[in-house]
Amino acid sequence: MSGAEYLLFILMLSIFLGFELINKVPATLHTPLMSGANAISGITVVGAVALAGTGSETMAMWLGVGAVTLASINVVGGYMVTDRMLGFFKKKED
Amino acid sequence: MTTELITQLGYVLAAGLFIFGLKMLGSPATARRGNMISAIGMLVAIVAALLDQGIVDFTYIAAGMVVGGAIGAIAARAVAMTSMPEMVALFNGLGGAASLLVGWAALSPDSATFTLVTIVLSILIGGVTLTGSLVAYGKLSETIGSGAITFSGQQIVNSLVVLGIFGGAVMFCMNPTDPNWLYMVIGLALLFGIMAVIPIGGADMPVVISLLNSYSGLAACAAGFAINNNALIVAGSLVGASGIILTQIMCKAMNRSLSNVLFSGFASVSSEETVVEGEIKPISVEDAYYVLEAATNVAIIPGYGMAVAQAQHVVKELTELLENNGCEVNFGIHPVAGRMPGHMNVLLAEADVPYDQLLEMDEINPRMETVDVAIVIGANDVVNPAAREVESSPIYGMPVINVADARTVFVLKRSMASGFAGIENPLFYKENTRMLFGDAKESIGGLVREFS
Repeated sequence: MSGAEYLLFILMLSIFLGFELINKVPATLHTPLMSGANAISGITVVGAVALAGTGSETMAMWLGVGAVTLASINVVGGYMVTDRMLGFFKKKED
Repeated sequence: MTTELITQLGYVLAAGLFIFGLKMLGSPATARRGNMISAIGMLVAIVAALLDQGIVDFTYIAAGMVVGGAIGAIAARAVAMTSMPEMVALFNGLGGAASLLVGWAALSPDSATFTLVTIVLSILIGGVTLTGSLVAYGKLSETIGSGAITFSGQQIVNSLVVLGIFGGAVMFCMNPTDPNWLYMVIGLALLFGIMAVIPIGGADMPVVISLLNSYSGLAACAAGFAINNNALIVAGSLVGASGIILTQIMCKAMNRSLSNVLFSGFASVSSEETVVEGEIKPISVEDAYYVLEAATNVAIIPGYGMAVAQAQHVVKELTELLENNGCEVNFGIHPVAGRMPGHMNVLLAEADVPYDQLLEMDEINPRMETVDVAIVIGANDVVNPAAREVESSPIYGMPVINVADARTVFVLKRSMASGFAGIENPLFYKENTRMLFGDAKESIGGLVREFS
């Protein structure tokens, strides 16, 4: 079931879902949205671990290790800075 | 149950958590929890991936995660909110680079043609994202000049690069065992990223980072196809969609098409002088205080100049003093104020301005007629009435905040130089406009002292 057409099907549905979700984010949260999206794009780490863990010391493994490192910066940095920013947003207390 | 199935179910759960997290970003009240849920989704996805039977050695994985995680954590704590645009640009680039490496590593001698195509795509998009983001970072942090860099024959060079990429990609898909074609595509993709961003000027940076944000997602998506992984495809396309929407919003707010932003630089300002009537009327801090003291409704319109002057905290102080004086204060925020979408909101939120006081352009404009004093701090083009009144103006048609409808307008400005776009601003010559010259932080500080 993991043919190309199945992957394309997932792609199409996710893009539509993404449009629907993001359209509802208010302008005031656009910066945290971007940094949060940045963190999500660090999902590449999921693909990279399998390449980095072969223990084969081939070029592919080293490329995988590089990808794990870069994507980890994205994931940890992205989520933490987003959290820090969202902590600033407060409602007016009466 | 096989481990493979557990991994796949983990990805499904992670995708659900990402979607739910993004949904909760729809309101500032739930956004922080939404981000947390999205982070948990990422953790689930990573744990699921680590169950992979092919992994025999965790040493390098752990090393990469520890090093990367530490760098990310330090950067996230240290970054100043004024520098968020640079930081996001840099992170976009790293995401692109990671996808490039994954695509490259996924190459094996027996890859199918479809896989080869997706490998090329992830290398291409990832490479463009990497160098494009680095140039954007340089421009935003002003390590390199923020202006548009153009030279004659640029179009020809760019066309040759694109042709080279296309040719190299085709040759690579036909001879996947010859690494030279691959190196050619990587090199040209990196070059193309630079060439694509250097002709774009500082004022258009909000569009560029939004677009690069989108690319970093699309690169992850392409890498997902290359290694046959659903989690990458779903998460990558969510990010891709997000960046594209933000890009559209930014373009609309500047009344320009995406291709106009990407390919034309800012069109050279038309030489015909707009006839501006009236004269500049400066005002002293003391006189400004008397006007504000009598005001019952004040609107503050911040721009990038406020961030440069680091005036947001003293602006918050002034807001409190005005409110204690029985005055209603709101902020009017133009979508392209600042160097990235929502930049002003984060700066003001950090200075403790409640988010319900931050109004979008469409909310503040209808109220402008009831405003006694509109204070423009370091904004120029986003309040330029020429966008509504002067058909020959390069920004004609761009939606702006109609500050001139307020009874009195104070414009805080360092000098009479024109804005980023280099366009004359008739607002400064209006009957009801008063110019408060000087550093924004000092001028506002002066007002605060008058009040207390």
